[in-house]
Amino acid sequence: MKPILEAQNVTKHFPTGGGLFQKKGLVKAVDGVSLSITPGETFAIVGESGCGKSTLARLLMRLIDATTGDVVFDGKQVTTARGKALSDLRRDVQFIFQDPFSSLNPRMSVGRLVGEPLEVHAPDLSKSERQAKVSALLAQVGLRPEHADRYPHEFSGGQRQRIGIARALASGPRLIIGDEPVSALDVSVQAQVVNLLGDLGRDLGLTLILIAHDLAVIRHMSDRVAVMYLGKIVEQGTTDDLFERPRHPYTRALLDAIPDPDDRGSASRARIEGEMPSPLNPPPGCAFHTRCPHATDLCRTKVPMPQTTPDGHMTACHHWQDLGLTPRQTTASSRSPATQARLELYRKATEGAKIIPVASKTPDREELT
Amino acid sequence: MLRNFSLRFRGQGACVVENVDLDVAAGEILCIVGESGCGKSVTAMALMGLLPSDTARIPDGSMTFDGRTFDLTTEGIPSDMRGSDMAMIFQEPMTSLNPAFRIGDQIAESVERHKGCSRADARARALEMLRRVGLPSPEQRLDQYPHQLSGGQRQRVMIAMALANDPRLLIADEPTTALDVTIQAQILELIRDLQRDTGMGTIMITHDLGVVAEVADTVAVMYGGQIVETGPVAEVFENPQHPYTIGLMASVPRLTGPRARLTTIPGTVPTTDAMAEGCRFRTRCAFAAPLCATRPAPTRLTGGHAVACHFAPLEQHLAVAG
Repeated sequence: MKPILEAQNVTKHFPTGGGLFQKKGLVKAVDGVSLSITPGETFAIVGESGCGKSTLARLLMRLIDATTGDVVFDGKQVTTARGKALSDLRRDVQFIFQDPFSSLNPRMSVGRLVGEPLEVHAPDLSKSERQAKVSALLAQVGLRPEHADRYPHEFSGGQRQRIGIARALASGPRLIIGDEPVSALDVSVQAQVVNLLGDLGRDLGLTLILIAHDLAVIRHMSDRVAVMYLGKIVEQGTTDDLFERPRHPYTRALLDAIPDPDDRGSASRARIEGEMPSPLNPPPGCAFHTRCPHATDLCRTKVPMPQTTPDGHMTACHHWQDLGLTPRQTTASSRSPATQARLELYRKATEGAKIIPVASKTPDREELT
Repeated sequence: MLRNFSLRFRGQGACVVENVDLDVAAGEILCIVGESGCGKSVTAMALMGLLPSDTARIPDGSMTFDGRTFDLTTEGIPSDMRGSDMAMIFQEPMTSLNPAFRIGDQIAESVERHKGCSRADARARALEMLRRVGLPSPEQRLDQYPHQLSGGQRQRVMIAMALANDPRLLIADEPTTALDVTIQAQILELIRDLQRDTGMGTIMITHDLGVVAEVADTVAVMYGGQIVETGPVAEVFENPQHPYTIGLMASVPRLTGPRARLTTIPGTVPTTDAMAEGCRFRTRCAFAAPLCATRPAPTRLTGGHAVACHFAPLEQHLAVAG
């Protein structure tokens, strides 16, 4: 299928310092990234803070200009778009921000916040048509039409993120870029928004690009994943493949570092030492060699080129073939039948099944005093 | 250790924390887990006596520490115990370190104050602590300022400072939430190692069930200022009883297993004043019944596991109709 968005060798360098006390420097926030996004898929970009993932997201829809490289959306240049072409791009590509507290204007009612993109991108709508559309959008994200008259401070974080999503949907985009759309939310609310984004993506045939640091969330939401480290993509593959068979030591380390609720006291896991080097002064060769347990002299001198494995996985590691990274184990649940019955009961109840009491003789219960 | 603790802020109709009991043994890590606003952080702050006495009221509660019992309604923890016998580390290491002082001086200050030793001894202790928390080149770090360190290094400094006086109890409030996962793994391992070496009791506050599974010996699940379920971590994770605990676990996306749609908890946490009487979770609970308007007493199950739900175990009391 023809890609909906393509990035070729995109770089973004920020000059720093040069003041009275500091040496001039260059931060290579994004350093030669190429991507190709297929229509309808959910593509995730993951990495730790400072890896350049948010900068990349902003480059893709030209919230900031690239230093070099091309971004093409639906056959049209993004990097050089102006006037009508740029405003069309703004209609077709929308952004959801991380912080639902600072990304909504506190002085605008929810109706105006969601209606504003319509004023710009669908100026022919009458006032009542616009109001009807706003109501429909609010309903689509699980809010009520009467919420249109309220202001952002009256809503919780999860509801505000829903408002942000409604606003992004208003112009009828084909691609939505979400920069950490659920990471500011509590887990129970996060799960609601994860489900909402999944439903919307499927129902509206949207293409989603998600930026996140939480690999478990990404695994749940995306079809393909790219892992970034110090401005470069180090590994890319389908979600199932990448999580089961990581082909880059960094991906493996990231996966191993996440505490897993199903895997208690896993003290024996391999940890990587040290921290990500400063992008002001990146190490020569492979940027990960300072923390990599497999690093050799080759890694310290030569930048690894992206290589494609036989199953279509991309990895930028000199030694991926000799690493012998064993597939990650899946932990089997040791829950008793009673517990499993209870969890099943909970799931059915939240899905709206009618719950009735059963005659019980309250066995082995002892009230605490 | 903590008995029947309640906390109310001035101007609020309901208690933010209601009748909370907590027990931590020496050499054990207790995790308090819950979502924002469940009262886990204020409980910790109150234990350390860090809440302003003019706005925070403690209508009930006592604490037994090392054989000494304190009535928290009238007296707090004596200030000479704070920072020595009991120490705390916070979520945001940048805001809890003083940006204007060198790291070595900040650690040495607390040692000097509590141990009454000389400046040079305190500084030697600071160096020893920085080495123990695994900070690279500790000699140079002594004279650096907090802004010269990364987030993970600052958290190591905070830990060094908290442990400099050999506390018996460490309270860690979301110590790794602001850190990247690879750094989080390092810090959790450090806390666990130090805790094992010193045999201190630790209360760790977190919202991350993964962190609980990784470090905790026992866990207390909080919702709306009440403890809804508590027990050994294996017991609570394998055999969750309270609908909130079940919902919380089902909401967490997993790294392994099938990628199914997430089961959620409907609605959001209400404000303290809007909390329901009785079981505070009932406004979001799929099993709520009229009975839930009275507060359920904790039911003790096997193996030190207790749950505050009228219908526990759910599968024995309730079923899907039809």
